[in-house]
Amino acid sequence: MPEFWLAVIIGSLAVYSWKLIGYILPKKFSENKKVARFAGALTIALLAALTAVQSFTSDKEIVLDSRALALGVAAIMFWRKLPFILVVASAAAVAAAARYFLGWA
Amino acid sequence: MSLGVGLATGLYGISFGALSSAAGLSLLQTQVLSLVMFSGGSQFALVGVLASGGVAGVIPAIISAWILGIRNGFYALRMNGVLAVPVTLKAIAAQLTIDESNAVSMAQENQKDSRLGFWLTGGSVFVFWNLFTFLGALLGSSVGDPSQWGLDAAAAAAFLGLLWPSLKNLRSNLIALLAVIFTLALALVVPSGIPVIIAAPLAVLTVYALAKTKLSKKLEAGEDA
Repeated sequence: MPEFWLAVIIGSLAVYSWKLIGYILPKKFSENKKVARFAGALTIALLAALTAVQSFTSDKEIVLDSRALALGVAAIMFWRKLPFILVVASAAAVAAAARYFLGWA
Repeated sequence: MSLGVGLATGLYGISFGALSSAAGLSLLQTQVLSLVMFSGGSQFALVGVLASGGVAGVIPAIISAWILGIRNGFYALRMNGVLAVPVTLKAIAAQLTIDESNAVSMAQENQKDSRLGFWLTGGSVFVFWNLFTFLGALLGSSVGDPSQWGLDAAAAAAFLGLLWPSLKNLRSNLIALLAVIFTLALALVVPSGIPVIIAAPLAVLTVYALAKTKLSKKLEAGEDA
């Protein structure tokens, strides 16, 4: 749909603007330990939040489905220090198998 | 690690491409998102809102994507100090400043590896993400439901993998735990895309508040480990 171009272009520039702002603000912001510490803490919180949303939610509901199983397997694999790509591929395989063979959501 | 992160994230790009096609975006529109917006969370939010809202969803879609992109600004603030790039390279560094490049950079022990990790991860994610977006959009209908291939679970595992190296002291673990609890609670009441951006700062602020109580010594222990 042509109207979608509006969302694509304005949305893209809006998202890019955040990235650019971080590089344009004066150096004292980045050298400020408190700001860096806050940004680091926020990174941890956001990654945890994204993991939770991606694993346990579906349309305003909390669910335990094949994604949760896959995440559990991934957690054990990361704990055993297995390579990133192997863990991620295994998670996909576990979820796909649980859906195909067990009929899980 | 950088190439692995790039490839893993890139594979998820198939899912984005397919979802974007399903939402009614053209091949070109889908590719422009991966080239210019280049931020997975924002891209999924944008096509998600457009998929359910259609033309009426254009403005909410822009706002959702924009809000979800705030974190990149914080990463950029941090990376600007780490990278110390000339002005001409800033526009490129800015574009590559995403969850993955920032996380890999942050997980390194020294500044040299920190810089290298950023460029390698950002660069490989950009290449693979765009390549697989194209494939996903092209395959579109034939890939069918991305979840059938477990691609949604792959994304969850990838986020966990990026978080994992940071879970090394009480303060970080507590921030992560609170973020998960707040996110899930909010997910029940507010539209998708929003829980993450409220829960994350809330978790951080909660731990900052706790650090002012008797728990402060425990929370500072191993802080810079």
